[in-house]
Amino acid sequence: MSEAAQIRLERLSVGYGGRAVQRDLDLEIRRGDIFVIMGGSGCGKSTLMRAMTGLLAPLAGRILFDGESFWEASPAARARRIRRHGVMYQGGALWSSMTLEENVALPLQQYTDLGPRQVRELVDYKLALVGLGGCGALYPAEISGGMRKRAGVARAMALDPEVLFFDEPSAGLDPLSARLLDELIVELKHSLGATMVVITHDLASIFAIADEAVFLDAERGTMLTTGDPRWLREHADDARVRAFLRRGAA
Amino acid sequence: MVERSAGREYRPARAELVDGEGGVVLRLAGDWRLGAALPAADALLAQLRGMSAVRRLGFDSVELGAWDSSLPSLLLAVRAHCRAQGIEVVGAGLPEGAETLLRLAEAVPMQSPRVAAPRPRGLARLGERVIAVAGAAAALFAFVGEVVLALGRLVRGRARLRYADFWLIVQQVGAEALPIVSLVSFLVGLILGYIGDQQLARFGARIYVADLVGLAVVMQIGALVTAIVLAGRTGAAFAAQLGSMQANEEIDALRTLGIDPVEFLVLPRLLALIAMTPLLALYADLMGILGGAFAAAVVGGINPTEYAVQTIDAVGWNHFVQGLISAAVYGAVVAVSGCLRGMQSGRDAAAVGATTTSAVVTAILHIVIAAAVLTVLFDAVGL
Repeated sequence: MSEAAQIRLERLSVGYGGRAVQRDLDLEIRRGDIFVIMGGSGCGKSTLMRAMTGLLAPLAGRILFDGESFWEASPAARARRIRRHGVMYQGGALWSSMTLEENVALPLQQYTDLGPRQVRELVDYKLALVGLGGCGALYPAEISGGMRKRAGVARAMALDPEVLFFDEPSAGLDPLSARLLDELIVELKHSLGATMVVITHDLASIFAIADEAVFLDAERGTMLTTGDPRWLREHADDARVRAFLRRGAA
Repeated sequence: MVERSAGREYRPARAELVDGEGGVVLRLAGDWRLGAALPAADALLAQLRGMSAVRRLGFDSVELGAWDSSLPSLLLAVRAHCRAQGIEVVGAGLPEGAETLLRLAEAVPMQSPRVAAPRPRGLARLGERVIAVAGAAAALFAFVGEVVLALGRLVRGRARLRYADFWLIVQQVGAEALPIVSLVSFLVGLILGYIGDQQLARFGARIYVADLVGLAVVMQIGALVTAIVLAGRTGAAFAAQLGSMQANEEIDALRTLGIDPVEFLVLPRLLALIAMTPLLALYADLMGILGGAFAAAVVGGINPTEYAVQTIDAVGWNHFVQGLISAAVYGAVVAVSGCLRGMQSGRDAAAVGATTTSAVVTAILHIVIAAAVLTVLFDAVGL
């Protein structure tokens, strides 16, 4: 495993009920990179993310974070590791009975010894980072889909994670909001130094944020290639990858 | 950049204000980590206020070590204070990453927090309550009206209703409810028999416990027990199903297809409950009578055959008719309450929870009201 790789997948197969959706995945994600998992609908992007975030045990193979196998570790070690990750879900997945403030504060209250005042300051800061300063007292039902996504990012960042996972960050957003969220992801990468794993099939997002990407193919049930998407668009060996990145144009 | 190397020694975080060239300098030092002892923003701001005529604030982070969110969150508060006081902030001395994060946090101006409307008091509060109750009653009548219209369309054969759903619901509310209805009604019959036997024994009229249990169970208690069990079991399930459908926009999807959700979702549930509640109540009557007979046999030593003969003498067809009509009405009440609350549900998980509670409360309240009205009605028509 190379020095810079923070996450590594080794002959990984993921799926449900013994049926693999994706198999034989081998790839490395460098520390501090924005790594995009791309592919058509139903190719297993979200299934792979569920395995990487601890929600679904892989069928075979290993996922290594900083050289340690995630799924072979004890449940307690896995729980400790998960605390160093942040996940933004597609619809925000905010807890509907809590205000935005309470949503972001919960991880801080559960896993740190910070006093209420410090928690409050941190929550204000995180919400301000995603452009939701002053909205802390609102409930998820009272805000728009785009705001919910951004609040989801604020919650994912609550504990200053080393790895941030984003599930379809731009899905369902207008182009301007999608661009702002992409910019936020890039800024956060530069300023926090966290590794970002982003699932998306939005081409504009892929080219705007990705340092590196992997293409998952539904038909063959495995990855076709990895690399810088701008390079892949012109030089990928597989025509399907080039077609995907050129929006179907040959 | 945030350092995350494990096992290294951290120096305590410090922040102090010192006079510098052309203004005040906030000197940052040590390692700033969440969970470690950190300088308090309040103390720093108090100190800043105490300094006379500060025009400019600069930063010195030469001795700053590792840092995480704890640093920018404090700096954000300091910068907000400076802006409010008209103090110029020069960010040049900050680490590059922190400056970027602060710029990001300050890019969107803080929205003014929502001010809650003042709570009404006294008469105004009473007025609001009355308006709310009237609104809820109007919504109930409107919904019942819609259901009646949909029933009308069903009778004329013009309603869109999936009969597969109807049979599935019949199974869920009927056969699957048998165990709980058996247990509850047997125990209620047993309690009635036990208490009745104790009281009647004082007059040497122990055998009349069969009349007491038989009439009470057949006329009212069998139907009531069944209805209350169904309110908790089925009414709550209807509300949760329809509430979740509302949250997932499934009901909107029906409407935009031109399908009336009352016909499609409410009618099968209503018809299933109207059909099944009397059958369950009849079964509950039997179990209640068995419970009473068991208590009479064990406590009062009454022979089961004697008890059965006495029950047959006491209970007439008219009593059964009363019980069955009551059960059908209660079934309709449970279905309408569950479906009404489900259709009125909000669009998030918390709202679906509140909907379920409200469905059960609404159903039980209306069952009791219906029981009172029916008792008077049956008496009036001489049943």
